[in-house]
Amino acid sequence: MKSLAELKAIKDKMQGQVGVRSHGENETRVVVGMATCGIAAGARPVLQKLSALVQEKNIQGVQVTQTGCIGLCMHEPIVEVYGKDGEKTTYIGMTAEKAEVIVERHLIGGKPVIEYTVSGSGL
Amino acid sequence: MYRSHVLVCHGTGCVASGSDGVIATFEAEIKKAGLEKEVGVVQTGCFGLCALGPIVVIFPEGSFYSAVKENDIAEIVNEHLLKGRVVERLLYQETVTDEGIKSLNDTGFYKKQMRIALRNCGVINPEIIDEYIGVDGYQALGKALTEMSPEDVIKVVLDSGLRGRGGGGFPTGRKWDLARRLVPDADQKYVCCNADEGDPGAFMDRSVLEGDPHVLIEAMAIAGYAIGANMGYVYIRAEYPIAVRRLEIALEQARNYGLLGKNIFDSGFDFDMEIRLGAGAFVCGEETALMTSIEGNRGEPNPRPPFPAEKGLWGKPTVLNNVETYANIPQIILKGADWFASVGTEKSKGTKVFALGGKVNNVGLVEVPMGTTLREVVFEIGGGIPGGKKFKAAQTGGPSGGCIPMSHVDIEIDFDNLVAIGSMMGSGGLIVMDEDNCMVDMAKFFLEFTVDESCGKCTPCRIGTRRLFELLEKITSGKGEMKDLDEMESLCMYIKDNSLCGLGQTAPNPVLSMYHHFKDEYIQHIKDKKCAAGVCTDLLTYKIIDEKCKRCTLCTKVCPVNAITGAVKEKHSIDPDKCIKCGVCVDKCKFGAIVKE
Repeated sequence: MKSLAELKAIKDKMQGQVGVRSHGENETRVVVGMATCGIAAGARPVLQKLSALVQEKNIQGVQVTQTGCIGLCMHEPIVEVYGKDGEKTTYIGMTAEKAEVIVERHLIGGKPVIEYTVSGSGL
Repeated sequence: MYRSHVLVCHGTGCVASGSDGVIATFEAEIKKAGLEKEVGVVQTGCFGLCALGPIVVIFPEGSFYSAVKENDIAEIVNEHLLKGRVVERLLYQETVTDEGIKSLNDTGFYKKQMRIALRNCGVINPEIIDEYIGVDGYQALGKALTEMSPEDVIKVVLDSGLRGRGGGGFPTGRKWDLARRLVPDADQKYVCCNADEGDPGAFMDRSVLEGDPHVLIEAMAIAGYAIGANMGYVYIRAEYPIAVRRLEIALEQARNYGLLGKNIFDSGFDFDMEIRLGAGAFVCGEETALMTSIEGNRGEPNPRPPFPAEKGLWGKPTVLNNVETYANIPQIILKGADWFASVGTEKSKGTKVFALGGKVNNVGLVEVPMGTTLREVVFEIGGGIPGGKKFKAAQTGGPSGGCIPMSHVDIEIDFDNLVAIGSMMGSGGLIVMDEDNCMVDMAKFFLEFTVDESCGKCTPCRIGTRRLFELLEKITSGKGEMKDLDEMESLCMYIKDNSLCGLGQTAPNPVLSMYHHFKDEYIQHIKDKKCAAGVCTDLLTYKIIDEKCKRCTLCTKVCPVNAITGAVKEKHSIDPDKCIKCGVCVDKCKFGAIVKE
C-alpha cells in the first residue's frame, strides 16, 4: 500500500457491499414482492439487479429488500419505493432492464419513473 | 455481489453453541434453494448476546435470529431469503412486538449500548481485510502517516482523554508521550499489546481480536509511528485459539497489502509485528512480567521504576497497552479528540466494554458509555436476575477488584467512582451475584485464584495470600473466631503494602471490599455458625419437615451415602453424621419437604 488512493479504491469497492449490513434510520426502502406470484413472474432477476446496482454504484441511504404478496398478482413483478419523506411509488410489470432505469432516474435522479407506475400505466 | 447477507457469529461463545454447524447448514440450504449467487454467508465476530447463541443476523432487513438450530435453517432460507417473509417465531423475541418487528437498537440489550471498541464486531468478516477497509479500516493509519506528525498523533490521543482499558486507567496519551521523549537517543523502541486476558469471566479482548483483528494492527502501527518504534509484539494467551488464528491471518493480509512492512504509505515509516503466546499465567498480565515473558524468560514481575516507557522490552523504551485501548485509537484519529471526549464522564472518556456474567439473564458482551449506572447495566441491558432472585452485588475488576452492593447500584460507572467505593474498573469482567451467593465464599473463590496464580517471587504475595485463604477457610468451615476478622484485615493491608507487583497489591481487594460491604455475613458465619445463602456446606444441616413429608422413600433411594432412613408410610430422617450435604435429596423431593439451614 503506497498511497491513500489505493486504500480508497478498495474502500469504494467494498463500501457498497458492507453497506448492505447497515440498518440506518431514514433510508429509502426499495421493496420487491417475492411471494410465489412474484417469483413466478420473474421478480428474482429484478431484485438481484436492483441490489447489485445499488451496491456497485454505492448509493447511500438506500435499502433493497423483499416482501411477500402485495395483492396485485397479475401485475407482478412489483417494486415499491418508500421515499425518505414517506412517499410511496409502486412500479408494476418490472424487468431487470426497467430496474436499471429506476436506479438511474429514481434512486439517483430522485424523480419517479411515471410510465412504469400503477398510475402511469393507466390502470 | 450479494443482495442479502447472512451474518453468523463466529466468536468463541457461538462456536461453542454450534455456529460451525449453522454456517455449514446455511451454505447447504442456500445452495439447495439455488440462491448461492444472491445470498452470502458471512462469519463475524461477537454480537454480544452470547447467552442466546448461535446468533444469525440477516441483512438488509437486519432481522436478528437467536439460538438458531440447524433444523430451523431450511425454513429461514425458504421463507426469509427466498420469499422475504421473516420467520418471526425464530427471531430474538425482544424484537417481536404487537406493532411488528422493532429494530435491534430498540431492544433492552442494545438500546443503551454504544459501540466504539466493538464497532466492527458482528459487522465484518474478520478474516477478510477488504471488509475492514470497507468500513474505514486503515484510514486512520493513512491519515496519521501522511497528514500528521508523531506529536500531532500523541496530542490527539492525549486530548481525547483515553485512559488504559486494562484496568489501571493511566492516560494513554501520556504513556505515549513519555515513551517518545524520555530516552531521546534510544536506538530501538517497541510497541506491545497486552492480550493476556486472565480475569475469571472476562472476554472483552478476546472478542475484539476475534471480531476485528485488523483494528489492533492498525492501532499498534499508529502507536509505533507516534513513539518512534518499528516493531510490535502482541502477547496473547494460547487458550484463545480462534483469536490467535484470526490475528495471524490478519497480519499476513496486512503484510501482503504493505500495511505492515517497509515504507508504509510511502511515508518512510517501517513497522512490523509478531505474536507471542502466553502459557496462561495470570501474572503475565502484569506489564513487567509480560515483557519478561516476551523476552523468553520465566514470567515474573520486576520492581518499577524504571517504567517501561524508559526501560521496557529488552531494556528499550516500550509502550504497552491493552487490546481494548488500542481498539479505540483509529476512531479517535479519524473522528478527532473532541468527538471521543464528548462521550463519558468528566475524567473517564469514551466507552467501556464489559463481559457480563454470573447471575444475570443476558450473559454476554456489552459496551456502554462511561457514566452508565450499574443499575442500567444489570437490570436494563442485562435483563435482570434469573428466577426472580434478588440482586446482591456485582464484582468488577475480577480477582483484583471489589464488589458493588445494592446500596451503590446507582453509581455511575467510571474509573474514579469505582475506586471511591473500594472496587476498580479492572479490565471489564462484571460478575453479578444474587441472594444465593455467600460473600465469604465469593471472597474465598477469588482469593483461591490469586493463591494459585501468585508467581512466588515475593513473600507477601506467595505466603500472605495463602494465610489469608486459610483464614477464610476457617470462617467458612465454622471454626472462625471474632479475632480472625481483625487479623484478616491487617493481613490484607500488609499484603497490599508489601507485594512486588499489581497481582499481590490487589489480591486482598475482594476480601476487603466484601468484608466492608457485608460485615454481617462474616459475623454470622463466626458467631451463629450459619451461612444464610446456604453455600458453605460445613455450616448447613439438612432436615426433613415431617408435616410436608409424604413418606414416599424417594430421598432414601437417591441419597448416595444412605444417610436417610425410613420406609413407606414411616417417618423419614437424615443422619447428620452420614450426610455429605450434596443436596440431591432436596432436588429430588417433589413436596419441598427437605430444607437446608
